[in-house]
Amino acid sequence: MKIIVCMKQVPAGTKVDIDPETGAMKRLSSDTRTNPYDLFALECALQLKEKLGGTVTALTMGPAQAESMMRDAYTMGADDAVILSDRKFAGADVLSTSYTLSQGVQLLGGADLIICGKQTTDGDTAQVGPALAEHLHIPHAAWVTEIMEADEKCICVKQKLASVTQESRIPYPCLITVDKDICVPRLPSYLLKKKTARKEVRMVGYSDLPDQDMSRYGLIGSPTTVERMFAPPEEKRQVYLEGNTAEKTERLFAVLTERKII
Amino acid sequence: MAYPYKKMDEDDFAYIRSVTACDRVWVGDEIAREYYRDEMPEYGVFPPELYVEVINKEEISAIMAYAYENNIPVVCRGGGTGLAGGATCKYGGIMLSVMRMNRIFPVDHKNQTITAEPGALLLDIQQAAAAEGLFYPPDPGEKTASIGGNVITNAGGMKAVRYGLTRDFVRCIEAVLPDGSIMNFSSNVVKNTTGYAVKDLVIGSEGTLCILTQVTLKLLPAPTCSSTLVMPFASLEECADMVPKVLELPFVPTAIEFLERELIEIVERNLNKHFPVTDGEAVLIVMYDASSRQELDSAVEAAAEAAIANGASDCYIADTPERAGTVWDVRGAILEGMKADSVSQEECDVVVPRSRIAEYVKAAKRIALSKGIRVEPCGHCGDGNIHTEMLRDKGMSDEEWKSATHACLKELYALSKELGGQLSGEHGIGNGRLEFLEEFVGPRMIQLYKAIKLAFDDRLILNPGKVVEFNK
Repeated sequence: MKIIVCMKQVPAGTKVDIDPETGAMKRLSSDTRTNPYDLFALECALQLKEKLGGTVTALTMGPAQAESMMRDAYTMGADDAVILSDRKFAGADVLSTSYTLSQGVQLLGGADLIICGKQTTDGDTAQVGPALAEHLHIPHAAWVTEIMEADEKCICVKQKLASVTQESRIPYPCLITVDKDICVPRLPSYLLKKKTARKEVRMVGYSDLPDQDMSRYGLIGSPTTVERMFAPPEEKRQVYLEGNTAEKTERLFAVLTERKII
Repeated sequence: MAYPYKKMDEDDFAYIRSVTACDRVWVGDEIAREYYRDEMPEYGVFPPELYVEVINKEEISAIMAYAYENNIPVVCRGGGTGLAGGATCKYGGIMLSVMRMNRIFPVDHKNQTITAEPGALLLDIQQAAAAEGLFYPPDPGEKTASIGGNVITNAGGMKAVRYGLTRDFVRCIEAVLPDGSIMNFSSNVVKNTTGYAVKDLVIGSEGTLCILTQVTLKLLPAPTCSSTLVMPFASLEECADMVPKVLELPFVPTAIEFLERELIEIVERNLNKHFPVTDGEAVLIVMYDASSRQELDSAVEAAAEAAIANGASDCYIADTPERAGTVWDVRGAILEGMKADSVSQEECDVVVPRSRIAEYVKAAKRIALSKGIRVEPCGHCGDGNIHTEMLRDKGMSDEEWKSATHACLKELYALSKELGGQLSGEHGIGNGRLEFLEEFVGPRMIQLYKAIKLAFDDRLILNPGKVVEFNK
């Protein structure tokens, strides 16, 4: 069983600096962390490996600084870690990011199962996983909340979609994106940290990828244009409700209705 | 005066309403049942005759002066999260809630302090300090507790290993005495040798000496980073043996806790909160705070190496708030998990010297087993405060449970005393541990306690029947 887990390094806090000229996020200006959803993906992969055998490879596209995230993946139990890193990949939107990742997967010889986090906490599109599956022409299930069963041939998953819960049995090769709380990610192991301290994190550039059509990568391969990026203004207001319990209840109902909360 | 107390009548109710407000006073059956007890109904359920929510010290003063003149007992209540049966009206009378007195004043940067009214929530105090880059360390785990309750019970919690108890963070107190007089104990000064240390005596007095109306708390610069380590061992005893090894390292841990796998499974089974480490029959959880990444990394490495050298199967590092959250969420849910997993609970809150923890744990399990009780020792092993939780399973009769826990507690307290420990590390005496106190501290100490009580409360109207009992 060969499993690839797609991961991304994201800004650590909820507040990120935005370059006022380009409107892009200043990724290197703040502390970083592994996208929390991707830790659930990695844990699912490690549990499947424990059950079915095989290997888990962590794959990311990003700057060289992503090595710290990949080292973290090693300390959780990943067998291999690959960073797709090249200036030509910079400025990628969902389309070119997912295409670049699909090239990375092909370079790695494909996978039985690809697991992504449902979304990232910076881009927030929740589209990269399914788009990657489309590039690879493999079936996929997004927003998976439970892996019900898995064997050497297929995986059965439960998805909580907007109004329905869907259970699917998908043959390999396939891709799933997992929701948070599908499991509790294990903690990094000190013994594994020591053991993998010198283990290589593979760096892969544009020239290593099978498709050498530059127009598919980075800013050039991205039809999306970001007009402006800004943090929405934060507002906190307090309303004091006066009167007896019945009056206050009425007033609360009126306030919530006015604001279209109920 | 004192026993028997006056049974309150319509005139008393009318007076309390006249000095407060009609919509803040409830009497008889109007009083919600939650005010009959604290978090441990096992330690007594007592209906108050009148329940009042006060909004300032003048109201408290007026109520106390009246109660003092009319021999009516008064119990002050904060968040009601106590675990000793402390904030209950054992002899009826007035329950006085300070939860509406919840103002938090701006942080005093020059003195590095924060002042709040007693009803302010601990969580809000911590957040108010954090918003200014400062830190209020005492963290007994119950975040909905009031700061007044924390001070009056000298709340401890997990971070006591590094930072100490609530008492270590109280600069000064404003309080109302049983006769209604308003007093200040100490002031916003760093040191004070003026007379007896009354402020420190009042802290931890469990509402038997005075009613707090304002507290000023010391703050610290917030640590910039922290890490939580989980060390799995083959047994709880091995965990306990590791504690002195952690303390010997040249880094001061913030917290050291241990958990047995059985207890983790209780939380997982009942509350669906899963622990991120699956190996080990017991785990030691060690937390470090630091002001630099380098300092933190050195501490983590030293502790991890020590753990492995002393038999841990690995050492897992929760190095982000999310990861640490998955560890502490399970630790914090123990009480709730045990309540869901048993018919009722009894708890022994002894504290022993840190050098004797392993001995205590081994003997405690043996004692409980001999009485046929399911026992789960857990807790703050970094400071020797081992919560020995006894769980009642279905099928045990009231009589069996009562006699088994009583016998078990007697032996556990005797064991703690023999090891140089104390009867209660942080939950207090309240009503629940009163019957064991005299045997533990001896008659001369009880005499001292009584003299102290009378010095503050000569008519015994404030939270009577708690900590010391005159009516025997």
